[in-house]
Amino acid sequence: MKVPLSWLRDYVDLPESVAELTAVLDDLGLVVEGVQNVGEGLEDVVVARIDEIRAIEGADRVRLVTVDAGNGPIEIVCGATNFALGNHVPLAPVGAVLPGGFEIATRKMRGVTSNGMLCSARELRVNDDHDGLYLLDDVITPVVGQPLLEALGITRDVVFDISVEGNRPDAWSIRGVARDLATRLRRPMREPVVAVPNATDASSSFAGARIEDPDLCGRLTISVLRNVAVRPSPPHLARRLTLAGMRPISNVVDASNLVMLELGQPTHPYDAAHVAKRTLRARRARAGEVLTTLDGVERALAQPGRGLGDTGEDCVIVDGDDVVLGLAGIMGGAFSEISDVTTDVLLEAAFFDPMTIARSSKRHGLRSEASIRFERGVDPELALFAVARFVALLGESNPEVLWMASPLDAIGTLPVPPTLTLRHFDLERALGVDLLASDVRDILEGLQFVVRGEGPWEITAPSARLDVRTGRAGRADVIEEIARLYGYSRLPRRTPSWPEPGGLTDRQVVRRRLRDTVVDLGVHECWTPTLGSDDDFDLLTPGVERVRVTNPLASEESVLRSSMLVGLVRAWGRNAERGLGDVVLGEMGNVFTHPGVTVSPRFTRGGAGGLVSLALPHENERLTVILGRTGDDARTAVATWSALATRLGVHDVVVRSSDSAPRGLHPTRTGELIERGTNRLVGYVGEVDATLYDALTTVPTRRLGVLDVDLDVLFDLTLDAQLDQFVTVPSRYPVAVVDLAFVVAQRVHAIDLAEVLMAASDVVEDVVLFDVYRGDNLPAGTRSLAYNVRFSSPEKTLSESDVSRARRALIEAARGLGAELRS
Amino acid sequence: MTTSPLAELSTHVSTLKSRIVQAATLAELLADEPFIVGKRSILSTLQKSLGALAPEDRKAAGAELQEARRGVEETFALRRAELENAARAIALEADRLDLGDVVVAHVTAPLAVGHPGIVAATQRQLEDVFVAMGFTVSDGPEVESDWYNFEALNIPPAHPARGMWDTFYVDLGEPETVVLRTHTSPTQIHLMEEAVAAGTLPIHGVMPGRCFRRDTPDARHLATFHQIEGLVVDRGITFADLAGVIETFTHAYFGADISSRLRPAFFPFTEPSAEFEITCTICRGEGCRTCSQTGWIELGGCGMLDPAVLEAVGVHGDEWSGFAFGFGIDRCAQMRHQIADMRALIDNDVRFLRQFS
Repeated sequence: MKVPLSWLRDYVDLPESVAELTAVLDDLGLVVEGVQNVGEGLEDVVVARIDEIRAIEGADRVRLVTVDAGNGPIEIVCGATNFALGNHVPLAPVGAVLPGGFEIATRKMRGVTSNGMLCSARELRVNDDHDGLYLLDDVITPVVGQPLLEALGITRDVVFDISVEGNRPDAWSIRGVARDLATRLRRPMREPVVAVPNATDASSSFAGARIEDPDLCGRLTISVLRNVAVRPSPPHLARRLTLAGMRPISNVVDASNLVMLELGQPTHPYDAAHVAKRTLRARRARAGEVLTTLDGVERALAQPGRGLGDTGEDCVIVDGDDVVLGLAGIMGGAFSEISDVTTDVLLEAAFFDPMTIARSSKRHGLRSEASIRFERGVDPELALFAVARFVALLGESNPEVLWMASPLDAIGTLPVPPTLTLRHFDLERALGVDLLASDVRDILEGLQFVVRGEGPWEITAPSARLDVRTGRAGRADVIEEIARLYGYSRLPRRTPSWPEPGGLTDRQVVRRRLRDTVVDLGVHECWTPTLGSDDDFDLLTPGVERVRVTNPLASEESVLRSSMLVGLVRAWGRNAERGLGDVVLGEMGNVFTHPGVTVSPRFTRGGAGGLVSLALPHENERLTVILGRTGDDARTAVATWSALATRLGVHDVVVRSSDSAPRGLHPTRTGELIERGTNRLVGYVGEVDATLYDALTTVPTRRLGVLDVDLDVLFDLTLDAQLDQFVTVPSRYPVAVVDLAFVVAQRVHAIDLAEVLMAASDVVEDVVLFDVYRGDNLPAGTRSLAYNVRFSSPEKTLSESDVSRARRALIEAARGLGAELRS
Repeated sequence: MTTSPLAELSTHVSTLKSRIVQAATLAELLADEPFIVGKRSILSTLQKSLGALAPEDRKAAGAELQEARRGVEETFALRRAELENAARAIALEADRLDLGDVVVAHVTAPLAVGHPGIVAATQRQLEDVFVAMGFTVSDGPEVESDWYNFEALNIPPAHPARGMWDTFYVDLGEPETVVLRTHTSPTQIHLMEEAVAAGTLPIHGVMPGRCFRRDTPDARHLATFHQIEGLVVDRGITFADLAGVIETFTHAYFGADISSRLRPAFFPFTEPSAEFEITCTICRGEGCRTCSQTGWIELGGCGMLDPAVLEAVGVHGDEWSGFAFGFGIDRCAQMRHQIADMRALIDNDVRFLRQFS
């Protein structure tokens, strides 16, 4: 909201220092986002007349212009061409400092001297026009040599750009901001000049007003103004409007806008000649009704919207023939607008239900200065006071205007300002400190609360403060106001402590260990997009229902990822294009499965009031790693997994070759990570499929190792492993080492045979696969698996016969899997 | 009457089709392609001969030839796909690796140095500060219902305050009932609901996580970002405790010469509410371009839990009170590491990733 300092000063005496005032506004929560110094840098600019225009030899972009600013001819080199002899333009003479700090000096160009600068409107920050010089003949009757500020009627001013918080409907106005300042600075407020009805006939003899639906319209006041003459506003009012960021249009429209900016009450003037039966009524729109709003858009009314619980209620203003004239509190229709020939005006000043306005405004995609005020809550008692101010402002340019007696004032359901009891105890309980009763009273009365007692206080909120609720919540609202005006910085600080220990959950501790381990294994941790495209996920799960965003910023960001593989391969590809593909990338994050697809959707409270149970997507935390270094492939992926599992103490997960690899992974070079005890799938290890690779990268094909782990499962396994992490003291006696090679059917997993060997004798210390051989000299469908077996006993040195007995036991046990010792 | 050039068309077609089917390898089929469907095919020869026909016959003959060509081409395409699949299957078979047979000891990989993500690293530093102050850490889901993201936080449907968050809606159930969480605050609601149900109040927790806002990314904002939220619900908790916790955190994380201040603000879920600002970390409070000469920069929002929120989760306001605060993890990282453009965080450029340890 743009707030001119001069306008604030109409209401309260303020300190001179703008910096000080800015700090006070900030501290009140009226955050100053910008300060504009109006007229700054224009002090030296004067009105000059163009007397001569000459070409400069050798220059086709600039000309030599001779002007007169009252002290004889001045030669200036000028690049603009939008002027003629006799025109009047602003001249910044040598020595002038323009807005923004640009200092004008004598300059020599093309052998001629330029003694100043002729300015555009933008250079002077008067408006945004930069198409040429600012032609003063278009806006004023110029006098040569007159200071520009004087010529344009600009007085120095400061305009604050204030961001008003959503819970401060009262502060959406000059008077509201002034009231906060007056209360904080403990200075008295001044009241604005207002008019009183000056015609004797009652308004009811001329016009009608009725509320049909009191829940939507709490108050509908209609004032009748006669002898209206639509003309331009006087310069000081037009100027004030401009400073506040609105364009002057005509005295009637300007008065309406000024009152809205000043007091926060939107008003709507109708040409009485275009209102059937000169009657205005507020009612619910009916399905099937349409309205063409001022912006030229035809709008279907009373249509249910997308918002949760939006039944499509619109409040409309209709005339005596029940024809819809406007969307109440949001935007009018073109038909009944005032025009140059309007003489009788019906002025509407009303209170509409804030939620109804909010929903209508959102549903119709229509936000107006009026609607943003009504949806936050306009003071329900303000309407006729605002009209009185309107008439006073209009009267400045239209002194003959008549305001008919007893304005119509239809009342619907109005909010009742809450009355609350506040104790010193409540203040102390909320703020950690009690405040002086006199401070509390001064603050609340400054803000127009009615205060009774000296603590406990009985407090009634002013009608303007619709944000103040009842009961406990209302007390919190009042306490915030007290704290805000008292000053947050004056309140005490205390660092609390409590007996309960802080800390991470087991899962969070494991997650940290995993992250550290992964980084130690060479992973560069990435952050790839959570939102991807259908094309991306068609590469992985064609035809599977996905979790979609209804309103994506772009179609490439419309689907919640079901895997991080696409993002990581693409990220690797981009690095590889830069010659930086010799790297391991990884990510830990959530992937999503549609509740209609997953076996375990997340059920949660939802719907209006949280009353229904909703099935939401399954969120699965995963680790995905892409191994892109030269030589990386499925083997290094297995080795990486092995290192990771060992580091986490997870020993019971085996790698099983799989012929049902998910899409995106290499069909014949992918294995499943299976927890042996429960057959739970922990993840996949393997290589990126060439099809996916080609779709996502532009670099020549090479093998990329992949590790993709379900962390929800891995974290469980890690925690389980920690529970019974018993340590064995190694044998002190010598170890016997034996190599055993078996011819084994292809379908027998190496790890299963190793397990059988481990269990075959109690002197087996360890079994490690050290060679796999396939060859023509072996029976078809078999390969040779060679293990390095360590025998030891905690009790003694094993004898040769002990070792050979154990060896036989192992060979015997291997037969159980059809494995024969290779001869 | 001359014989139609197409008299033997069907014979030609069957000859071509059998040539296609008889091709045993992809190479063989492709080598034959010009003679079957290409320029040197009998079909092309016939096409040229149509010029000799009378105009009235040419049209019908052309259509007939076209039809025949389509049939041949279809057979060709089918066979081609068949052979390609077979070739791919052979290639895949030749490529097969039994991952169960990988001898880990034989795998050699270069000595690798990895790098944690800057967001994860920053999150851990923040968590550590809060854990040392007695906070626990909780995670929450990224897809939330309207209840958790808005309504329980005292932001009813259509409330103008919803405009404070540009929301991505998820296409599930009724329109606009499921969202990508716009902040970590829904996790507060989960925590309080769970604590009330289990009778385990008080709560002293922080909740880090990924959030989403429908904002076009620029140097300072990303549509996906990370927040950390704090929540204390206990007996006798006041605004003074909130200000104290913010100050202690500020010193602990940013350094002893950086302090904090609170400024009135509005959030529907807290009352009183505040923005919290810290001494500008660039100029240390002297005033610079980053802080618009004020010496302070905004970090996050905070306030006392609104009674409406406590009521929504069933926490009794006579016994318990509390506060919440929240701020951006990415923004802390940006400030601490002076990252000129946030978008670098999602570019995953190795040259960027390598800089963090």
